[in-house]
Amino acid sequence: MSTPYAKLPAWADYGLIPVINLAVAFVVAGFVVLLVGENPFRAAVVLVEGAFGRGQGIAFTLFYATTFIFSGLSVAVAAHCGLFNIGGEGQGYIAGLGIGIICLAFDSVLPWWLTFPLAIVAAAAMGALWALIPAYLQAKRGSHIVITTIMFNFIAASVMVYALVGFLKPAISMAPQTRTFLDGAQLPKLNWVIELFGAKIRSAPFNISFLLALAMAFLVWVLIWRTRLGYEMRTYGHSSKAARYAGISETRIIIIAMMISGALAGMMALNPTMGDQHNVALEFVSGAGFVGIAVALMGRLHPVGIVLAAILFGMLYQGGAELAFEMPAISRDMIVIIQGLVILFAGALEHMFRPYVQALFASLSPKSVGIEAIKGKGA
Amino acid sequence: MAQAAIELIGINKSFGAVRANRDINLEIARGTIHGIVGENGAGKSTLMSILYGFYQADSGEISVGGQPASIKSPNDAIALGIGMVHQHFMLVDNFTVLENVILGAESDALLKKSIAKARSELERLEREYGLEVDPDAIIEELPVGLQQRVEILKALYRGAEILILDEPTGVLTPAEADHLFRILRQLKEQGKTIVLITHKLREIMAITDTVSVMRQGTMVATRQTTKTTVGELAELMVGRRVLLRVEKGEAEAGGVKLAVKNLTVKDSRGVTMVDDVSFDVRAGEIVGIAGVAGNGQSEMLEAISGIRRAISGSVMLDGKPIDLTGAADPGELRDRGLAHVPEDRHHVGLVLAFEENENSILGYHDDPRYLRGPFLDIDAIRDDARDKIAKYDIRPADCRLKTANFSGGNQQKIVLAREMEQDPGVLIVGQPTRGVDVGAIEFIHKRLIAMRDQGKAVLVVSVELDEIRSLSDRILVMFAGRIVGERGPEATEGELGLLMAGVEQREAAE
Repeated sequence: MSTPYAKLPAWADYGLIPVINLAVAFVVAGFVVLLVGENPFRAAVVLVEGAFGRGQGIAFTLFYATTFIFSGLSVAVAAHCGLFNIGGEGQGYIAGLGIGIICLAFDSVLPWWLTFPLAIVAAAAMGALWALIPAYLQAKRGSHIVITTIMFNFIAASVMVYALVGFLKPAISMAPQTRTFLDGAQLPKLNWVIELFGAKIRSAPFNISFLLALAMAFLVWVLIWRTRLGYEMRTYGHSSKAARYAGISETRIIIIAMMISGALAGMMALNPTMGDQHNVALEFVSGAGFVGIAVALMGRLHPVGIVLAAILFGMLYQGGAELAFEMPAISRDMIVIIQGLVILFAGALEHMFRPYVQALFASLSPKSVGIEAIKGKGA
Repeated sequence: MAQAAIELIGINKSFGAVRANRDINLEIARGTIHGIVGENGAGKSTLMSILYGFYQADSGEISVGGQPASIKSPNDAIALGIGMVHQHFMLVDNFTVLENVILGAESDALLKKSIAKARSELERLEREYGLEVDPDAIIEELPVGLQQRVEILKALYRGAEILILDEPTGVLTPAEADHLFRILRQLKEQGKTIVLITHKLREIMAITDTVSVMRQGTMVATRQTTKTTVGELAELMVGRRVLLRVEKGEAEAGGVKLAVKNLTVKDSRGVTMVDDVSFDVRAGEIVGIAGVAGNGQSEMLEAISGIRRAISGSVMLDGKPIDLTGAADPGELRDRGLAHVPEDRHHVGLVLAFEENENSILGYHDDPRYLRGPFLDIDAIRDDARDKIAKYDIRPADCRLKTANFSGGNQQKIVLAREMEQDPGVLIVGQPTRGVDVGAIEFIHKRLIAMRDQGKAVLVVSVELDEIRSLSDRILVMFAGRIVGERGPEATEGELGLLMAGVEQREAAE
């Protein structure tokens, strides 16, 4: 038998299974909380309330989610083409250089709505260029993209230190960061949207780049499922032999997919720099590029899933900060453990519960698992 | 009446919602050769996997030698004296024959003792059954026929009294297959019981004592081989009458459509796989390439279709030459009217994870019919796919279904529909019916003949000699990368078999 298990209805495939995986991750995380001597149920309450309980929490959750949407989309675009881009961290970091130059040059002369598009282009271009080199090496030399992109993360970090210390920081300053951007490079907040629903927000960095992230999620969906380029990327991603057979150029498709992926990773730098800190500082990406891998896996490489998964991880970040504050026994590292468990169950062990769910479905409703599909066999 | 070696009573097995085996009853007499035939997906392999302990039946009983048996793993099966020779050999390529034979049956912590013991045991088995193999030969250096012999030795070494062979002749030349059958008869004479799973009815007729036919998970009939015919078995397999040989008129060959010139291809290790091959295919004829798998046919097809770079050589398509040594682009060849149904539909001809309609444009996704600017014209693509589904009777008729959920025969129809509906001047087809069930084979053969009758040039490569003989107007035989002979469709199997085995080289080189 080539397919020992029948297929599942889409809602179970894309909804139920991730929820089960997530639930298991949280149960295991609960045991870890128990181990450090805290009440896991109270911890869960603090976590969720911290993230969604008040307007303030929601705004922060969405602020974190914004960055993760970009990095998740970046990973997903490459993954649809069969490439594992783990260089989002570096591509996002180096994009800060482009953003910094644009903002420092124009923040005093242009309004934000002119600076922003320029900065988007600069960030995307820097990210794409940073992905181009590993892509070229993969396409032409066969150097493995996982190795090269991760090495480029380190190179990006060094370049950024050099740039920040060398020419981006003000001459009189001791801190390796740019001066604070003026109003012309500060993105408007979106907190008022949450306040429309009656919540009160003191101050939170939730800003307009969230809308850009949603727009990009839609465009990625169009790209992957509705364009010829996306079709070619998916063909190559599933089978390089089929792509060769179909006359798709391997070099071209790898380079284009990686540059789009890099551009998306680059755009994630807009949120923390122009949206929150109003400067470009050392290590402002702080791991968001890697979180994107988990987000993309959790979201099953679909933009809708990625937006949802990004909000989930935003919740873990925001709620986790509250948790560390409320329960001293739980440090921020705890959040890293929960993240790790989510990645483990949603990513690596994605199919662990699948056979059981399928058996359950088959026994409850044979029609839902595609019995008709099997009947056609004798043809 | 001999006592039953194996008895299966009421075996049921479901995978999810698929009932692979339902209420199977089967009795296999000791000391006989028992054939099991059926289409792909009829449940033969599942049944044997239950017997060999890979799967557990959902319900039903197994008894071996009259004793009820519980077989939970292959180890249980081996302990009961059941051995299995798989379709794809389970050998370690860089081990010697001896090392492979003792693998998993080592008697001591130190290999030396086991090997010494195995060596004398092997010598005894070789003497008894005529299974000569050099025990110190490295597996990868042996031809497939001998590798299969090692598999049989492995089973016998473990004390098998009952031997299950799954599609054993798929990779063998006719001569090798004959040798295998001699060995099987000898084993039978020594009292062993043999179960032969195959979809080749001629083999069943040639060697078995009893034959059981499976269809859609059920056992539909068991016959004494001497009291049945190929026609009856084929009908039982598909549930209706089947044309075993396609009817076709005389070819009306026109001008040369495809000319392959001085084609030389090396594989990734630098071994020459195709050696200076030249031939023509004319409009309105089917040229068949016969040969044992691995003699360069696959590489030749890949080179002609532009997938693999050639060392030298070109193709003339309608009189215009295309160099195959550079970066020959499959897209360009396609534009020039060369359609290609690749041998490996799972990895090359289709993307199994795609919906059916997405596969129905693979390779033609640049065609403006399917596009609106840079966007895919989803409606046009799906309408087109639905047309092809209707025209080629692809089942189930659902263009949104994932391709992996179609059966092998229907997957092949998806590829054929895509390539044929482009109305190409030249169609090259690798293994048109590999892994395809009897009903679909008939359909595919008729379609190929129809292409020919429309004046297309058709090149077919197949390892199934019957298929080549039945379809072709001219037969070219390939051996060791060269075309060693050309015959008409009236050539006998024996004659072609000798060519395929590389005999008569001199005569062929005339």
